[in-house]
Amino acid sequence: MDSLIIIATGSLVAVCGSILGCFLILRKMAMVSDAISHAVLPGIVIAFMLGSDLDSAWMLVGAGLVGVLTTFLIEFFHQHGKLQTDASIGVTFTWLFAIGVILVTYYAGDAHIDQDCVLYGEIAYVPIDPIILSNGQVLGPKALIVLGGVLVIILVCIIPFYKEFFLTTFDPSFAIATGVSASLWHYVLMSLVSITTVASFESVGAILVVAFLIVPPATAYLLTNRLHYMILLSCGFGILSAILGYYLAYAIDGSIAGAMATIAGLVFGVVFIIAKYLEKSRRIAEMEELSLASK
Amino acid sequence: MIQQVENPVLEVHDLTVSYDKKPVLWGIDLSVPKGAIAGIVGPNGAGKSTLIKSIMGLTALSSGYVKIFDQELNEVRQRVSYVPQRESVDWDFPASVFDVVLMGRYSKIGLFKRPRKADTEAALFALKQVGMDKFKDRQISQLSGGQQQRVFLARALTQQADIYFMDEPFAGVDAATEKAIIQILKKLSEDGKTVIVVHHDLQSVSTYFDWVIMLNLRLVASGPTDQIFTSELLEETYGGKLTLLSEVGELMKKGQYPSRDKQ
Repeated sequence: MDSLIIIATGSLVAVCGSILGCFLILRKMAMVSDAISHAVLPGIVIAFMLGSDLDSAWMLVGAGLVGVLTTFLIEFFHQHGKLQTDASIGVTFTWLFAIGVILVTYYAGDAHIDQDCVLYGEIAYVPIDPIILSNGQVLGPKALIVLGGVLVIILVCIIPFYKEFFLTTFDPSFAIATGVSASLWHYVLMSLVSITTVASFESVGAILVVAFLIVPPATAYLLTNRLHYMILLSCGFGILSAILGYYLAYAIDGSIAGAMATIAGLVFGVVFIIAKYLEKSRRIAEMEELSLASK
Repeated sequence: MIQQVENPVLEVHDLTVSYDKKPVLWGIDLSVPKGAIAGIVGPNGAGKSTLIKSIMGLTALSSGYVKIFDQELNEVRQRVSYVPQRESVDWDFPASVFDVVLMGRYSKIGLFKRPRKADTEAALFALKQVGMDKFKDRQISQLSGGQQQRVFLARALTQQADIYFMDEPFAGVDAATEKAIIQILKKLSEDGKTVIVVHHDLQSVSTYFDWVIMLNLRLVASGPTDQIFTSELLEETYGGKLTLLSEVGELMKKGQYPSRDKQ
């Protein structure tokens, strides 16, 4: 049962990450998600300080706001300070993350929160941390329920507005010219990335969540030429990595989240080689076709 | 020489745009009549694309205003179509030709709704107009430069607008595509639509356009091609680029210029 819960948690992180990650990498914003995943740390700590426990709903709201602030600052320094985008990312997220680190160490004494937990997470503890209602009823593992909620939020935001996300990702200036607000959908996407990061940080940590956001979509990108297939495929790769990663961790008795991300990377490597091979054989076939046609 | 017209479809008044306090367009005052095919010409960095972007509301104005059909852009967006530069998007994007063309209908479809039959039909018709209907399921990364430009044009046609702004539609396309595009533009103009095109190739200006806007940070000239497209005004627009000018002068001597009337 515990292994099922852990795999399900990993899969949920992967599916949430995959859906958003497809849009991120097509917008060439993969590293912005890295920035957000670090920058939400002060949001997490402040939300934690306000509530007596890690109150999940508030934490998601706080993180969403910090995530939007992060993207806003990145854009602001880039446009008004003429700073290169990557430099602007570097300045913004290290600064916010550093504040988070100070807050964590300052409150480390009296909290269930510490650097290890925030940075690396511990998915193995998910099954032993259930939500218990005031009447004593056990609702189920907290991380699993929170991630499920986040997935619902993502689906509610993406499915009805798929065409707006599609358009603003492909051609933002055409979108603006036709009256579709590119910045609105940009900030909605960034908020979703932020809440996904926060919801995942207890289980996989703020660093590895980036692997779940970027690696499965990058793998799927190699194989498909339609966005909706890319999203489905990347969810598949994410779930596969979660399952195989769990058993790898079990076999080597190591970090589960680390094993899941390692498998995701290996899957990418294998797919990369296969995609290159397919491309090469297709090119050879095309050339043969051409030479036949010319005869 | 700047010729203003009565009842213009496009009116730009005292438009100034600056990037980082340095003006890239300065005090532009022009108007374009209905049904014109207008070419915007000028040297690199003259602000040709910036002019179109600022008309489309993609660049903030430092001063001035733009009116289309005597209204603010937001009031008439449904009647305005825009073709960005081909290089402005990533053609490796996982989308089919049809997906991209259908994007022209998104603002008409509206939020929450899915494309209906009328929308897919409009997209297919536009693809047929640009001669790309056979390629509708092709991935956009497998298109040549000319085909990419046709897809962008088809996307604009699905908007069924009354005025079209195109940013360098002839840049890097093959001769057949160039011919196909200019035919479509002339057809649009015959139907009473107005087309405004950023253009690079001076040799084709007099055959393609009946209205010319000459730009070099400020507006040098705006008016009918046969009155405006003179070597003096070209020299004023392009400054000291004499080799280019003498080539154009040669062309003019040979009488290869207002040939639009002859067609």
